[in-house]
Amino acid sequence: MIENRPWLKLFSHFILIAGVLIVALPVWVALVGSTQSASSFADSVPLWFGDQGVQNWSHVLFHAAGSTLQIPVWHLLLNSMIMALGITFGKIAISMISAYAIVFFRFPFRSLIFWVIFITLMLPVEVRIVPTYQVIANLNMLNSYSGLILPMIASATATFLFRQCFMSMPGELVEAARIDGAGPIRFFFDILLPMSRTNIAAMFVIMFIYGWNQYLWPLIITTDDTYYTLVMSIKNMLSVPDGDIEWNNVMVTTLLAMIPPVAVVVGMQKLFVKGLVDAEK
Amino acid sequence: MSVYFPQKKLPYLLVLPQLIITAIFFLWPAGQAFKQAFYREDAFGLSQTFIGFGNFIDLFQDPLYYKSMGVTMVFSFSVAFFGIAIALWLAVMADRVIRGKMVYQTLLVWPYAVAPALAGVLWWILFDPNIGPIALFLDRIGIHWNHFLNGDQAMILVVIAATWKQISYNFLFFLAGLQAIPRSLIEAAAIDGASPFKRFWDIVFPLLSPTTFFLLVVNLVYAFFDTFGVIDTTTQGGPDGSTNTLVYKVFKDGFIGLDSGGSAAQSIVLMAIVGLMTVVQFRFIERKVQY
Repeated sequence: MIENRPWLKLFSHFILIAGVLIVALPVWVALVGSTQSASSFADSVPLWFGDQGVQNWSHVLFHAAGSTLQIPVWHLLLNSMIMALGITFGKIAISMISAYAIVFFRFPFRSLIFWVIFITLMLPVEVRIVPTYQVIANLNMLNSYSGLILPMIASATATFLFRQCFMSMPGELVEAARIDGAGPIRFFFDILLPMSRTNIAAMFVIMFIYGWNQYLWPLIITTDDTYYTLVMSIKNMLSVPDGDIEWNNVMVTTLLAMIPPVAVVVGMQKLFVKGLVDAEK
Repeated sequence: MSVYFPQKKLPYLLVLPQLIITAIFFLWPAGQAFKQAFYREDAFGLSQTFIGFGNFIDLFQDPLYYKSMGVTMVFSFSVAFFGIAIALWLAVMADRVIRGKMVYQTLLVWPYAVAPALAGVLWWILFDPNIGPIALFLDRIGIHWNHFLNGDQAMILVVIAATWKQISYNFLFFLAGLQAIPRSLIEAAAIDGASPFKRFWDIVFPLLSPTTFFLLVVNLVYAFFDTFGVIDTTTQGGPDGSTNTLVYKVFKDGFIGLDSGGSAAQSIVLMAIVGLMTVVQFRFIERKVQY
């Protein structure tokens, strides 16, 4: 510290604590609301715990999410997990091998291929939603896990990161591997993969959050509730015909949909920060 | 790198999965969008007529499109401004704190992981005109809150929800930027008698300007494209189009209005905007590398 200004220090803590509390406020309200009976919301949203917590959570998790959604949330959690992990592993796998080809080989059309992949970085699915939907419909992939996952793994961010990471590796590695008689496949699995462990893990954190939080895409390509994901299902619970929203169940579902990605960010904070900074470079 | 593997066919095999995915789920739909933008489909989707630039001409003569552009501008710049300002303030405070920095960081970054759609729901609860605690409080001090009827209030709600999610991201980048500023600079200014406030505006803030500009671009891109969920769960573009951003309009016109030509033309315009923003982003990053 440059000089000791106790008041300024106190002020800093005060602002930070205020910031933390304001940021946490909506989650607090959701948490206490999730323990209330539906009728407690008649006049105003309760600001303290009720006595229906266990009942609400177990009902939503194992019985039915509520409102028009008559499917237990564990099933939606499972779907979200399948989609998020599918997107994450898919992205990492296909972008790692294409980055490998681009960095460690020389072949015709190398830069053209790189640019084609690069273009996908530019266009979020929201922008080209209608034609992408039609393509999926043509391929009979509505209401399927492949329809949820495959279109999302076409993205270039991960390819960039791995390209960057591979380019920073010393060329002597390849030379040494070749002298020792290791082919490209062996080199990839025995040298490159272990060396990029941290990068893979950082990518995993970012891509898992991306995959888990997909909203619009699952919303339009699933009409069969056995394929609903947790984040998109919230829309069903909110659009009730007579406007009588079951807030307590909505709050349980919202919290359940937040927990996995938030746990990943908090539990793997170092990797998360690294992934975030790398991805934007 | 100067040493490469000599195989000729293997690299194609390695890029093939990525290329197939790109071709099917990106190039094909993008091609479709281009085609549809030049056709008009009848109400039943049975026949298409080529109308050249008709859809684009309609689009740029449609006052609703200009309204949506204005809404997008107000929304994006508000989210970027408040997101950056609040995050910068918190980061400067956190940088001053010696003990507990990591705890504050943990407690401030988690909203990054919350889906935009859920952020919308969480803030809706607080601002619900009938039962929301903040709305009721505002009512008591004489501000009648109803974001289902009042367009400005609807905009404020989606800006708050979208900003809340983005603060974490900006905070991390500002904190990293602050930690990269050499201590000796600050010390020298302190010895010269500059107050903490003056030190911030004359030294810290200018040194953070690359970070700030970078975050501005990233935040604008975020507000443009990643806030669909916030709007869809809260206002659905309403009331009366007051939160109908360009991205939301593409969806609404395409899926609810079933105007595939008009929606495709909007997609094309948006693609051009994304392209432009990407170029700006990369130009900037190139410059940053030269520093």
